[in-house]
Amino acid sequence: MREFTPDRRVRGGVRIAAHKQTSTRQAIRRGLIPRQLILGLQQHQGSAAIPIVEPGQSVLKGQTIAHSDSLRSADVHASTSGRVRCIEERLIPAAHEVHRSLCIVIDTDGQDQATTTRADWPDDRLERLARIRDAGIVGLGGAVFPTADKLSSHLPCRALIVNAAECEPYISCDDMLMRESAREIVLGAKMLRELLAAEECIIAIEEDKSEAIDAIMQAGRDLEDESIKLAEIPAIYPSGGERQLVELLLGIEVPSTHYPSMHGYICQNVGTVFALQRLVSTGEPLTRRIVTVTGDGIAAPQNVEVLLGTPISELIEFCGGYGNDVSRLVLGGSMMGYALPSDELPITKASNCIIAAASAEVRHDSREWPCIRCGDCGSACPARLLPQELLRAARSRDHPQLSELGLEDCIECGCCDVVCPSHIPLTEEFRRAKYAHARYERQLVFSAESEQRFQRRGQRQQDQARESAEFQDQLKQNLSEDPDARERAIRAAVARARQRREQDEQ
Amino acid sequence: MTSVPVVMRRVLYALLPAAAAHTWYFGTGLVINFCVAAIAAMLAEALVLRLRHRPARQSLSDGSALVTAALLVFAIPPLTPWWVPGFGAAMAMLLAKHLYGGLGRNLFNPAMVGYVILLVSFPVEMTQWIPPRMGDLDYEHLGLLANLNYSFTGRLPAELAIDALTRATPLDTVKEGLRGMRTFSELRAGSLFGDFGGRGWEWINNFIAVGGLYLLYRGTIRWHIPVAVLAGILLPATVLYLLDGNRFPSPGFHLFSGAALLGAFFIATDPVSAAESVRGRLIYGASIGVLTYAIRTWGGYPDGLAFAVLLMNAAVPLIDRYTRPRIYGRS
Repeated sequence: MREFTPDRRVRGGVRIAAHKQTSTRQAIRRGLIPRQLILGLQQHQGSAAIPIVEPGQSVLKGQTIAHSDSLRSADVHASTSGRVRCIEERLIPAAHEVHRSLCIVIDTDGQDQATTTRADWPDDRLERLARIRDAGIVGLGGAVFPTADKLSSHLPCRALIVNAAECEPYISCDDMLMRESAREIVLGAKMLRELLAAEECIIAIEEDKSEAIDAIMQAGRDLEDESIKLAEIPAIYPSGGERQLVELLLGIEVPSTHYPSMHGYICQNVGTVFALQRLVSTGEPLTRRIVTVTGDGIAAPQNVEVLLGTPISELIEFCGGYGNDVSRLVLGGSMMGYALPSDELPITKASNCIIAAASAEVRHDSREWPCIRCGDCGSACPARLLPQELLRAARSRDHPQLSELGLEDCIECGCCDVVCPSHIPLTEEFRRAKYAHARYERQLVFSAESEQRFQRRGQRQQDQARESAEFQDQLKQNLSEDPDARERAIRAAVARARQRREQDEQ
Repeated sequence: MTSVPVVMRRVLYALLPAAAAHTWYFGTGLVINFCVAAIAAMLAEALVLRLRHRPARQSLSDGSALVTAALLVFAIPPLTPWWVPGFGAAMAMLLAKHLYGGLGRNLFNPAMVGYVILLVSFPVEMTQWIPPRMGDLDYEHLGLLANLNYSFTGRLPAELAIDALTRATPLDTVKEGLRGMRTFSELRAGSLFGDFGGRGWEWINNFIAVGGLYLLYRGTIRWHIPVAVLAGILLPATVLYLLDGNRFPSPGFHLFSGAALLGAFFIATDPVSAAESVRGRLIYGASIGVLTYAIRTWGGYPDGLAFAVLLMNAAVPLIDRYTRPRIYGRS
């Protein structure tokens, strides 16, 4: 394995305390089979899958229980054996918020009996993509974009980037996965590189994860692989953002309205690569993922391999339960994660980390000062926006200004909140402003259409009036030129009228 | 974890060495003036907050009024009636800060507005500078009590008149001298001048630079504005001094006399009234420097920093408009 030197130093971003030591002290724990599974039919971006099982039906581990024909969707599989209890709407945690989704609830039987899987891996590219789609694999970094859809691009792939930066504080699931399954990850990266016919393949890891880096290097040596490069990137949040990573590694800025994949840069989270490799070697669909359970409010912080659909409460119990002081349950890292309303919600494909935060970990100093325009937020912004100007525009609902300042380009990473000496919750303001802004833009389109419709109508009326006036003029002119024409015209009109009357009578 | 009060406190700490030097060279006037200005600023702020029905405690405790008072008193003569700093600080708060909506919303630097109002309202009091210690060997400074007595009652010890106590400042001396067809080297030899600037002034300015470096080190200010301001003064100063060293004072003199360093590190860096992007800050700072030099050299006032800062404050919205950084992924 060769080393890859990043093209650029990071612009913007912040160095923040990682809080990852407590959850990486012990190996990934496995073997939790919950009493009940709650499997949402929309754990991914795109359209929901459609259930193909009935309440009361027995299901086996790995069996498809909901399917979709759309490429931008993902199938759902039973994570263990049991019986379908019901199919009903429940709350499930998605990437950025809790939402309501149809769920298949399964009472588990503890047998963990697996369905037979196809172990062969096809040679045809389209067949491979179909298998990936049927395995329900989505981006496990948190965005849960259907992987088959992302891989199906016909554009030549300039670079495949395996995103193992894991820059968010508290989260360590990718780190632990690399330490324990480096070989599978390197194999998976090779497989993906071949599938995409990528010009190069780079595994990007933050420099502070030395054990993971060593493990991947060792696996590369063992496999005698020279096709994959390893990049140690600075531990500056949010270097693991897709656009930030492409810029950092290759010095390329992806236009703000495009996905990196539209320019031939495919990023895949390292957990996704591992899931793909497992599919290739054993035929196993996506039924489990690694989840970091951490925070000062948890008895034994650790990483657990969790069956999808496991209620968070059972996962916490598996980790020794809550400590004495828990003030908030957060899904995701401390920067982009969000507070959960309850621990009865299930783990989904998007859930990478559960933080049971003790009261000291939650920022209590909520006193806010006026913005003093210090500009620290602008220096920290990885999208190179001016958060202080955006804030002013957002609070005064100045929508044209918000468009100009690039509200839509905000990636909600939270760097500006961290550096703000006035403790202004900027990201929250921007998230809220985005909703209002989308409404404003719809309104703009609507009013533009209305205006156009009104103008066209006016134009049509004018045209009609002009045409009829021209006809009248023509008629008058004809009549004045030829005195007999008047007589002829009257006779022709009478004849036409008679003919019509006769037709009507018949 | 930084916060607005922490930032303000750091600025005050950074001024302490210069304040000590100032007290050593000019007596206790600065301290008296600061106390008066601070009280006036706080009272004015409390009054406005009351009129605006805003909670007073948080705004009064953020330290921004103290910073304004501190910067103002560095700009006014140490021996002066109490109502000079009092009026200046109150005007800074009322006109420059709260008429625009309070902290974070003022277009102009409050301390400089206060100073300029004083300069145009009380030109006599504002030019009555006393010489620094060792600037004039026959000179003896007033003690704390005599200083207080003059500040609050206007009475001096029996045998003294105010005109006997005051001297022209180095900048004044040079400006008048050059106008009177004397050469810079001639003026430079006078007892008002030290090693590289005005005697006493040069050391106060050294300590101001130390405070500025402390702020840079703590990340409270960034280097762009100070460097741009100083470059804006030094570049034309060096070029013209090299062209005609008799008519134009040396760059060192420009740097260490007057408000160049205070302006570069403490006044132009006020984030509220400065430009926001890196490019904008370089333009803003350099313009202040060049304008300061121009006013000192060809204008009617011996120092031009306050006017330069206020002029550029007014230009900030325009600068910001045209120096917005390019957003990631947009052309």
